[in-house]
Amino acid sequence: MRATISESRWVQCLLIGIALLFLAGFLLLPLAAVFTEALRSGWVAYRAAILEPDALSAIRLTLLVAACAVPLNMLFGLAAAWAVSKFEFRGKTLLITLIDLPFSVSPVVAGLVYVLLFGRNGWAGGWLIDHDVHVLFALPGIVIATVFVTFPFVARELIPLMQEQGTDYEQAALSLGASGWQTFWRVTLPSIKWALLYGVLLCNARAMGEFGAVSVVSGHIRGQTDTMPLHIQILYDEYRFSGAFAVASLLALLGLVTLAVKSYLEWRHGDELAATRRH
Amino acid sequence: MTVPQKSARRHTMPGFGLTMGYTVAYLGLIVLIPLAGLFFKTAGLGLEGFWRVVTSPRVLAALRLSFGAALAGAFINVIFGSLVAWVLVRYRFPARRIFDAAIDLPFALPTAVAGIALTALYAPNGWIGRLLEPHGIKVAYTPLGVIIACAFVGLPFVVRSVQPLLEEAERELEEAAASLGASRLQTVLRVLLPTVLPGMLAGFALAFARAAGEYGSIIFIAGNKPLVSEIAPLLITIKLEEYDYAGATAVAVAMLLLSLLLLLAINGLQVWSAGRQRRVA
Repeated sequence: MRATISESRWVQCLLIGIALLFLAGFLLLPLAAVFTEALRSGWVAYRAAILEPDALSAIRLTLLVAACAVPLNMLFGLAAAWAVSKFEFRGKTLLITLIDLPFSVSPVVAGLVYVLLFGRNGWAGGWLIDHDVHVLFALPGIVIATVFVTFPFVARELIPLMQEQGTDYEQAALSLGASGWQTFWRVTLPSIKWALLYGVLLCNARAMGEFGAVSVVSGHIRGQTDTMPLHIQILYDEYRFSGAFAVASLLALLGLVTLAVKSYLEWRHGDELAATRRH
Repeated sequence: MTVPQKSARRHTMPGFGLTMGYTVAYLGLIVLIPLAGLFFKTAGLGLEGFWRVVTSPRVLAALRLSFGAALAGAFINVIFGSLVAWVLVRYRFPARRIFDAAIDLPFALPTAVAGIALTALYAPNGWIGRLLEPHGIKVAYTPLGVIIACAFVGLPFVVRSVQPLLEEAERELEEAAASLGASRLQTVLRVLLPTVLPGMLAGFALAFARAAGEYGSIIFIAGNKPLVSEIAPLLITIKLEEYDYAGATAVAVAMLLLSLLLLLAINGLQVWSAGRQRRVA
């Protein structure tokens, strides 16, 4: 009977062949191209492209932006997940939908809304600029745009998991006399730590690689407001291809590390992630 | 006194005011108020002004390309994504786990990196472009390149939406169909396809929504010729550089409305297919 619900051997091989060829050509080849192009002019040129002052300042800015944006969204994710999963209230579904909203907004549009808000003629921009606070074409604008595009990452990992977990353990801790904060630190946090790490990881990868939104608000001041992806674009537009691919290879490495840790978490701690993440 | 003992002893969870207040304030300040500003700005333009901007030939061409390529990319994803999901779930072969992990590469690879990598591959002198060139097929710097980039960013959505449904599909149903004399192809089309169809549609919607607004992966490979290979998000940045804020906003609102409309249509299709399946069952 078993044989009747499976495909013949050669159909299987054919389907596997098509799928793997597609994945190799469509996903792995671009990755290989990044590293090949980066090393085309040799290691010395590669090192030089990464160690030039503008590239270093771009790397520094990217790290700084991620260091600001990721903790902000982590804090938000924890608060939102606590509010949504531990309490019943009206409009909960609407709230969850709104939290996911930034995912369906084009990054360029995300940048645009802050230009409208913080530009010289914007609602807040005029007043802020008069008080010498510059948001646009400066670090704060880049951070806020990054926060927007990475907004749901942590929350959407935590909400389904904490909804599954319910409030039983927290109730037990509270009835034994623990304070609210003690309950959070000793009971809730240990049970969501892998999901939190998972969300932070994805949030960080997107934060460091964000291009569209940051491109709109950064103003492209070389050596000052250029993040790594923007620096790649500048080099590329100046036909300095091996330099562009050298910086790109660093971001590709970040992506590979992210994928590796993510797969490890799914494999090793799958039962402590939300149900949708268990493979 | 009918209150059960258990609920009488239950404590109210602490921190509702703090977490809810913080959530709503942060959501409002970062997302909702700025997005609302977009619509206020467009309202200032008036309906006529808005219409004039979005029906200008260059904007129309850009919107058509962004949404057309996103739909085409999503179709490619549904076909190949479902095939990949099927192969990953049902068959065992070497390096399966690695291929499974690699599906998420488009999520993990920054868009600008994907953009220049795809351009390097599909340019006339690139690894793939070189093979296509003699046959007169140009990918880079044409709308075809935009479709390729859209398909690249959207692939994980379909695979990840279909995979869990295939894993959960009950093999007993397939066995029943087979024992009743259905051929394998009939079983796949009449028994399996309806179960995974909702996942395919959900993946299609997600891939489409992502690709329609995509910027970084596309602008390098597109070549950005006005009226031919210029996408809507790029047009927004061009209008911003010309200080045409109202025009940029109008294009953005048109994009949001179009996305919303198409997603509602896909959502309707999903409800319809779920209802149909229930009736059959």
